[in-house]
Amino acid sequence: MSISVKHISKSFKNTTAINDVSFEVKEGELFGLIGPDGAGKTTIFRILTTLLFADKGTATVAGYDVITNYKDIRNNVGYMPGRFSLYQDLTVEENLTFFATIFDTTIEENYDLIKDIYIQIEPFKNRRAGALSGGMKQKLALCCALIHKPKVLFLDEPTTGVDPVSRKEFWEMLKRLQQKGITILVSTPYMDEAILCDRIALIQNGQLLQIDTPQQIAKQYPKKIYAISADNIYQLIIHLKAYKHSYSVYPFGEFVHYTDKRADFDLKELVLFLEDRNIKNSRIQQTEATIEDTFMELAK
Amino acid sequence: MKNDNVIQVKNLTKKFGDFTAVDSISFEVKKGEIFGFLGANGAGKTTAMKMLIGISKPTSGSAQIADFDVYTHTEDIKKNIGYMSQKFALYDDLTVRENSTFFGGIYGLSRAQIKEKTMQLIEELNLQAVANELVGSLPLGWKQKIAFSVALLHNPKIIFLDEPTGGVDPITRRQFWEMIYKTANNGTTIFVTTHYMDEAEYCDRVSIMVNGKIEALDTPKKLKEQFKATDMNEVFLKLARG
Repeated sequence: MSISVKHISKSFKNTTAINDVSFEVKEGELFGLIGPDGAGKTTIFRILTTLLFADKGTATVAGYDVITNYKDIRNNVGYMPGRFSLYQDLTVEENLTFFATIFDTTIEENYDLIKDIYIQIEPFKNRRAGALSGGMKQKLALCCALIHKPKVLFLDEPTTGVDPVSRKEFWEMLKRLQQKGITILVSTPYMDEAILCDRIALIQNGQLLQIDTPQQIAKQYPKKIYAISADNIYQLIIHLKAYKHSYSVYPFGEFVHYTDKRADFDLKELVLFLEDRNIKNSRIQQTEATIEDTFMELAK
Repeated sequence: MKNDNVIQVKNLTKKFGDFTAVDSISFEVKKGEIFGFLGANGAGKTTAMKMLIGISKPTSGSAQIADFDVYTHTEDIKKNIGYMSQKFALYDDLTVRENSTFFGGIYGLSRAQIKEKTMQLIEELNLQAVANELVGSLPLGWKQKIAFSVALLHNPKIIFLDEPTGGVDPITRRQFWEMIYKTANNGTTIFVTTHYMDEAEYCDRVSIMVNGKIEALDTPKKLKEQFKATDMNEVFLKLARG
């Protein structure tokens, strides 16, 4: 196991940040922690990167204990925190040289690993990090986290606030790094990124809701989901929520995902109900559950 | 002549030195419309929004916000709009009640109005139990719902939302959008930016900015037809990747 977490808990004053969290990440795996702000993702990252002590439980990273072997862990992991943490007043190249030097290596020695990413920011290598755009800062931070060839890479919400194009590019970079044998633990609040991971853990309020492959998690959704569309989505939502048999009603893009309290029912009834409420052009069809459907059901 | 466009923008441009951040954009937004303002990071969305809310002077072009001119009537604009962003919305070290009172005061409401509106806000969001708690101690999703209600305290004609749901959990994100629908249904115009492409589908119309220009503007349905895409994510990727 590349990462092993057993019954970890951590509280800050009166707030329980994480509660009895256990999971394992295999060597070379791309593992996602999926959950909203405040779920406890960052606390887990900080414990695993030896920056914070857990109140209870044990954890190892790359075979080293997070408390007794913290120095070994620091030499063997790369960590990209959610907040941009490079030196704003050093240039791109100076930042990279700095991180290489602390880890007793050089840019040349591990250039292979970062080459794909670094060539995209190389034209700006003499620009101060503080003056880079969001996307370029993110690429530089990733280079700095990789320059000592870590066994395990920790990425805490690397794509938060990032537009869909840059997000897609970032995930393509992660896939290439994984192929080079690096184990990756990544967190994200974007549920659509979950399917890009080998396995995921859904997390909310400091607790893991489920751990499995994204496909398996979506498959385990307990109910039939119907995607309903209509001219006026707002009216559709209001009436579906008022429908006495409705179990859940969630907008999903151009559709509303609807589940019914009953195990089996006649769709015609629902069609008639909507017609009766003057919902125009409604269309109903059964659809597959997504990770987001599952997350909301588990978090309900 | 009666005009139900509450936002009218024509050839609006902003330059910083040699760099054109916003390059001659033009569009209109109607009363009660939910208008999605999309674009990649660095495409010029924030710069454009700053001009629309009256805190940044355009280099050229024109814009009327709630019938007020962005060059000459910025104070009137501020009185007639609400604004919330992901980064700054409420004071963490004030309670829910104090935040509402404070912003009510800023917007120039009377004491009686502030009292009534604050009570209404707490009731509608079901916050009775935490009304006297510091906002900093609340989950992000709650904060964003409170911030949205606070930005509506003075019954603005338009509300500008800058990535209001970033990082918010999926259930609260949807509750937030139901609040948006309800507000629009009551006649307030919504101008919203987001990186969640499923949220782009909730808008009446969507514009997509690329390198300072608006490259597409239509209903989500028509944009999907135009770009032969199954969802807005695909539309966005096709456009913004160039």
